[in-house]
Amino acid sequence: MTSTSNPKSKYNVVGTSPIRHDVLGRVTGKAKYGVDLRLTGMLFGKTLRSPHAHARIRKIDTSKAEAHPGVRAVVTTSDMPIVNDEVADFGETMANYRLLAELCLANGKVLYKGHAVAAVAADDIHIAEEALDLIEVEYEVLPPVLTVQQAMAEGAPLLHEVMTTRDVAARFTRGTDTGVASNIASRIVFQGGDPEAAFKNSDVVVEREFNTKMVHQGYIEPHNETAFWAPDGHLTIWTSTQGAFGVRTQISKTLGLPEAHVKVIPMEVGGGFGGKIRSYMGPTAALLSKKTGRPVKIVMNRKEVFESSGPTSGSNMRAKIGANKDGKITAAEVYLAYEAGAYPGSPVAAGASTCLSPYNLENFFVEGLDVVVNKPQVSAYRAPGSPGAALAVETVIDEVAEKLGIDPIDFRLKNATKEGDRQVSGVVFPRIGCVEVEEAIKNSDHYNTPLEGKNRGRGTAMGWWFNGGNASTAMVTVNSDGTVGLVTGSVDLAGTRTAISMQVAEVLGITPDEIYPSVGDTDSIGWTGPSGGSRTTFSTGIAAIQATNLVLDEMKKRAALLWETQPDDVTFENNSFISNKNSEDTISFKDLAGKLMGTGGPVSASSTSNPTQVGSAFGGHICDVEVDTDTGKVTVLRYTALQDVGQAAHQSYCESQVQGGAVQGIGWALNEEYYYTDDGTMANSTFLDYRMPTTLDLPMIDTILVEVPNPGHPFGIRGVGEVPIVPPLAAVANAIADAIGVRLTELPMNPGSILAALKDKK
Amino acid sequence: MQAVNTYLRGGVALQDFEFLSPKTIEEAVSIKAAAGNKARALAGGTDVLVQLKVGRFDIDQLIDMKNIPELNELSFSESDGLTIGAAVPCYKIYEDPTVRSSYPCIVDSSELIGSIQIQGRASLGGNVVNSSPSGDSLPSLIALNGSAVIQGTSGTRSVPLEEFFTGPGRNVMTEDELLVSLNFPAPSKNSGAAFLRFIPRNEMDIAVANVASSVTLTADGKNFESARISIGAVGPTPYFAKDAGDLLAGQEVNDENIAKAAEAAKKYASPITDMRGTIEQRIHLVGVLTKRTLDIAIQRARG
Ligand SMILES: Cc1cc2nc3c(=O)[nH]c(=O)nc-3n(C[C@H](O)[C@H](O)[C@H](O)COP(=O)(O)OP(=O)(O)OC[C@H]3O[C@@H](n4cnc5c(N)ncnc54)[C@H](O)[C@@H]3O)c2cc1C
Repeated sequence: MTSTSNPKSKYNVVGTSPIRHDVLGRVTGKAKYGVDLRLTGMLFGKTLRSPHAHARIRKIDTSKAEAHPGVRAVVTTSDMPIVNDEVADFGETMANYRLLAELCLANGKVLYKGHAVAAVAADDIHIAEEALDLIEVEYEVLPPVLTVQQAMAEGAPLLHEVMTTRDVAARFTRGTDTGVASNIASRIVFQGGDPEAAFKNSDVVVEREFNTKMVHQGYIEPHNETAFWAPDGHLTIWTSTQGAFGVRTQISKTLGLPEAHVKVIPMEVGGGFGGKIRSYMGPTAALLSKKTGRPVKIVMNRKEVFESSGPTSGSNMRAKIGANKDGKITAAEVYLAYEAGAYPGSPVAAGASTCLSPYNLENFFVEGLDVVVNKPQVSAYRAPGSPGAALAVETVIDEVAEKLGIDPIDFRLKNATKEGDRQVSGVVFPRIGCVEVEEAIKNSDHYNTPLEGKNRGRGTAMGWWFNGGNASTAMVTVNSDGTVGLVTGSVDLAGTRTAISMQVAEVLGITPDEIYPSVGDTDSIGWTGPSGGSRTTFSTGIAAIQATNLVLDEMKKRAALLWETQPDDVTFENNSFISNKNSEDTISFKDLAGKLMGTGGPVSASSTSNPTQVGSAFGGHICDVEVDTDTGKVTVLRYTALQDVGQAAHQSYCESQVQGGAVQGIGWALNEEYYYTDDGTMANSTFLDYRMPTTLDLPMIDTILVEVPNPGHPFGIRGVGEVPIVPPLAAVANAIADAIGVRLTELPMNPGSILAALKDKK
Repeated sequence: MQAVNTYLRGGVALQDFEFLSPKTIEEAVSIKAAAGNKARALAGGTDVLVQLKVGRFDIDQLIDMKNIPELNELSFSESDGLTIGAAVPCYKIYEDPTVRSSYPCIVDSSELIGSIQIQGRASLGGNVVNSSPSGDSLPSLIALNGSAVIQGTSGTRSVPLEEFFTGPGRNVMTEDELLVSLNFPAPSKNSGAAFLRFIPRNEMDIAVANVASSVTLTADGKNFESARISIGAVGPTPYFAKDAGDLLAGQEVNDENIAKAAEAAKKYASPITDMRGTIEQRIHLVGVLTKRTLDIAIQRARG
């Protein structure tokens, strides 16, 4: 393993770029993904999905399917135990276990096209697919609502007849309940000062309305779950998930099993981005396994991934910002209505609390609505809720700066938040790198290189994300050859096994390739939150550092035993234990590792973290585009993503996280969308027509890492993965506006909409 | 047990079928004539296998055309022009020196169908018989005045490609017929042609609109002698925009005339609005692409 040194880093290992532990398995196809699983006697499951976006289920007749040769079992909602209303906390998103049960198998109504209605387990996948045709479902088709505007219109069809609006007056309170049946699940408001008066006294006020479409994370690996319900009542689930413990809780709650009877084994994951936190088919596979006594595997195809997993919200938004001639923002007002999909739980609260974070404001009013529509229930997607809201705020900020004739970064610097400033949510910022990122933009080669040429434009935008803390468990074991085993409960989505190993290696003064990291299942390691919220390297890292320190404490005792002194008199430095009493008494970590059996037995320690000082972070992007005004096609010419990553744990992973986020954001800005026909059918549920950017559609994404250490982590590590998807939508929109002199307020800004905007301009 | 013929909703395997490899066109035709719709030809398979997998149709037999000599022919002579066997894969076509020098428009098309991997298999014959309105070789083949040589139980016939397509996935071929080759006249002096498609990305997309233009200029390169323009993805079939080309004949080569031809080509478009583009956008693009392909064709004609 090569460990390229980084002269900029003050650490030996942290901040360098060693090769990741899992890379060989991944590139040689040896890594075990959920679909690779073959168990003795395994059956293949397939899900019958609703052809309607909104319908009442009158009757399901499974008798013909059950009689079909090769079919071993069929399940519907009637096989699901009755599940009570209870809030489910998935770290970045919230849900309700009763509704999660309905998501897995529709109960009474189907709420989107692709909603699971029944499932079959059969000897092979073909028989299972055939059997789906034999299940007879009688639907009473209802009119669908497909946008938040439709859902909130007077007399709109209601998805959930019993749902009323929870009106959240302020942060951390459940608020009141309107008692009126509605498709609005909840409303959140943040307010401060007197925005109305401040707008009146402003020199410039800009207000715009925005509409965006649902988009998908687009991970390559489809969802897969295999269940085996053993005769003793113990259930094992193998799955592609971001968090095995969340899946365990969901499955135990929906099936009424004690948690201890459910074991979840996380397999390697081929991308998640927030979309693989919930279990979609686990309870169903488990019920099929219970009926048949055999393991059952269910794998989604791409169409199912698009239509039946959890994309992120489309939205209707408004942003209004006022400022004075001197460049001070006077007031801001933001309205966000987010599609939750079929069940409540859009990330609108996160959008509402993050979108104004780059600015220190006195007068503001932010309102967010969580609205159900007949589309798949949204899931987390990289900084969930934040990119859309940032599109609204950051493009209006850009326009205000333009109207004032001030450089957009100077304008932002004049209003930038600093340590001690209060966010709209009331939370006070700790040490934070907003100013540093904006100054780095001003000093960058990109920003200082003039952009020339016809129909070319440059845009900038900022973005902020909380980053998660959440609890983790790590266990460190010393092997007799001086290598170290590391088990964590954190599923590795992006190289976290290596990034956490590096922190252990740093403490021990050894190299990361001497650490052997693995991901534990729910029976083999303590509770660990999902790999989401940019938390894993940070929070699981802390648990691993603590466990390593416990190991060192124990090894000091062993050294003291050898030297007949006290553990307090032993210091660990530069990979060696040294006696404070006798400088001749020193022993390397490796040598002492070989003596453990003779000094009291093996050494291993585990520790848990639940950090509160989470390092939230700012990013700022610069984007250059050229617009073909004949065809409406946008070419991204140059792109630089800057970000406060705290102390970079692994230099090149930080860069690739920042690049990956920027790329997903560019795709979202330009071409990606759930394209619906009026009956609620997603017409483009293939990668051919969903139009994610390919390598040929992008320039190299340049990155500039701004390192403002997080005081909440021993090495100063912050979360990195989510922030970079926040600025791109606005950065691209601002660049297009600069290029063609028209501000687009609808996503995607695809060639057709650019042509239409150019036509309107004439 | 009965063979399982599953319709797979994007499932994991193909339906059962018999795979036949005839060595002569006569043998292939007799298999096809006997089975009718229950047999399909296979050239590169980049359409037919995908369609089988999603259960677009139900067949008993797949007839591999790649072992039939006539279908692998790629030849040129001044008198007979260019012959492209129906199963010749794209890469052989665009790597052929004669095609490169004399039919750059065919290179334009065959170089952008799919990716390198797809081009290793996909044939223009398959593109033609598949008869997708957005097929990326179709406007080129029409603009170059190509014809399809078809063989059936009652013999061989040649159909101009401008008359070949009858609807999405439909054409003039009857159930017993197979495509043997595509033929093109030798290019006349001072001629040139070009093809462009518009897609929102730079790869892996289906044309929102595509256009090919072919021109013959006077020896001094100042006037059009004749022109043929064909447009695709803007109706149930690709169209030969005859009037658009005809109005250039005898006219001076200038922006104004080119713009007139582009307007005339737009009149042929009858597109729909779907996830790939809107009616307005597609008609507009026909104009843009007609102009741009004419510009390139003129440059090529002038050498
Ligand atoms: C990833 C991917 C990308 C693609 N990109 C493009 C693109 O950019 N542009 C584009 O136009 N197309 C594209 N295609 C579609 C396809 O590759 C083309 O249409 C190709 O030209 C088909 O040729 P083939 O030889 O593979 O045809 P096949 O699949 O073998 O056959 C196609 C059809 O023609 C029939 N057929 C074939 N040969 C004969 C014959 N001799 N006689 C009678 N019938 C015959 C078959 O029965 C079938 O119905 C793409 C496909 C894929 C999978």
